[in-house]
Amino acid sequence: MSGTVEIRNVVKRFGRVEAVRDVSFALQKGETVALVGHNGAGKTTLMKLMLGLIRPTSGSITVLGDDPAAGEFAARRRLGFLPENVSFNAAITGYETLSFYARLKREPQQSIKPLLDRVGLTHAAHRRVGTYSKGMRQRLGLAQALLGEPQVLLLDEPTTGLDPALRHSFYEIIEELRERGATLLLSSHALTELEERAGRVIIMNRGVKVADGTLDELRRMAQIPTRIRLKVTDGGLADIPRWLGPIDRWRRVNGHMIEIEATPDRKIEMLRRATRDGSPVDDLDVMPPTLDELYAHFLLSQERA
Amino acid sequence: MMRNILIVARKEIQEGLRNRWVLATTLLLAALALTLTFLGSAPTGNVGVRALDIVIVSLSSLTIFLLPLIALLISHDAIVGEMERGTMLLLLSYPIARWQVVLGKFLGHLAILAFATLLGYGAAAVALAVTGEVIDAESWKAFASMIGSSVLLGAAFIAVGYLVSALVRERGTAAGIAIGIWLVFVLIYDMALLGLLVVDQGQTISGNLLSTLLLLNPTDVYRLFNLSGSGNVSALSGMAGVAQNTALSSSVLLAALAVWALFPLGLATLAFSRREL
Repeated sequence: MSGTVEIRNVVKRFGRVEAVRDVSFALQKGETVALVGHNGAGKTTLMKLMLGLIRPTSGSITVLGDDPAAGEFAARRRLGFLPENVSFNAAITGYETLSFYARLKREPQQSIKPLLDRVGLTHAAHRRVGTYSKGMRQRLGLAQALLGEPQVLLLDEPTTGLDPALRHSFYEIIEELRERGATLLLSSHALTELEERAGRVIIMNRGVKVADGTLDELRRMAQIPTRIRLKVTDGGLADIPRWLGPIDRWRRVNGHMIEIEATPDRKIEMLRRATRDGSPVDDLDVMPPTLDELYAHFLLSQERA
Repeated sequence: MMRNILIVARKEIQEGLRNRWVLATTLLLAALALTLTFLGSAPTGNVGVRALDIVIVSLSSLTIFLLPLIALLISHDAIVGEMERGTMLLLLSYPIARWQVVLGKFLGHLAILAFATLLGYGAAAVALAVTGEVIDAESWKAFASMIGSSVLLGAAFIAVGYLVSALVRERGTAAGIAIGIWLVFVLIYDMALLGLLVVDQGQTISGNLLSTLLLLNPTDVYRLFNLSGSGNVSALSGMAGVAQNTALSSSVLLAALAVWALFPLGLATLAFSRREL
């Protein structure tokens, strides 16, 4: 098979808790995939399984052609991991920290300086990690994950608590890696965190995969109505169905504005009617469903099922 | 394989140097050793007693109290602490096996302890030599084997500390258990054994049973090894009586100390390997 990461019917139980329930997916080269779910949805467990830190109760996992839990380290050398809330020993410097991890990956020590440069830590390279701010520790965490040009990068909640500037440079680095053909898996507790950077989204809820596809595909699947706000003249407010046609759901926002919920297939029709000559509409706003709404939709649809 | 162990050991030493564990331990041991050396040599008046032998007796007693404590202090946190801080998760995502992590840490911690002991106790011997005491080859040998066995005793307690660290869920628990272990092996065990011997009056406890009971406590093994090893030291320490009853040779005692280091270390590695992260 061609996937760099393949997960087949994986179940993971901790005692009586089922952290991952029969999950399957494959990640391809050059793909940026977002793994989205609440805390406890099974994201970190999936990453630990991919790293071989824990073994699946049933099912199988292949990462770069190897079983990660088999004790073979060939794959781990080509893998980068950034844990959630990454921490380092406070007593040694950032440079020494990277130097230690580089040795474990058998990477030359010359590769450290460019990496520190890339994440913007050169000025603090010889300060003790204990003096670093949270953002700087996250940068150092990213730097160690990038050691050895990994083919698979697993980033657990990478952007939580980052300032906007750092988030921006973070996504630049991610994009660079993706272009080079690396597989990226980013986890997040909210879709909005990822700012539409991910080409593909996998939504997890309570250990179950509830959705998997590009954002466009997910939007089409969800059929979430688009909200259209119309500013209507006084005369038009009286008999809306006459000029707008039959509408499913609408409400009055205030004295001269209404909000319509239009399903995707009827959206254009609504807009045509609202904007044709003679309609009592002064102004309109179209609000497509937000990522949060999309996410909530999939969580709810699974819980109802 | 060996390389990963050395990489981890090196980092442990680096951290020990940076957070001043090495410095503090070395200074503490040197200060106490020098104090004991010069206080201890005053009352003997230098008649027929070799100065270094007295130092060996006093330093051995110091070792029994202090080295297990230092060893447990640096080791009880080694695994559970890194897990709690989250650094273990990242380390284990690297191409390194768990047993390599444990062995690497062990090597690093042992190096720190050996360095501190050698320098601290060595300072006492050097000071003695500088003040003009004549020290013969036999005393030097006994001194060297005292330092060597002290490091081995430290190794045993580092290993015991790792075992605790690999088994418990919280750092606080590990610290509590470590203190308990120190109290039992250094204080309570010997008192209980002494009480038992007094009550028994030699009725049921045979020499063999006594030997076994002594082997079950690494600090007793250490005491027997150093305080009854050579004739001079043995007479000075008042351990000759016990030593005659037990019939444990130096090599058996040394082997027992090695087992005390390796067995808990093996168990710690096993416990850590089976642990879910």
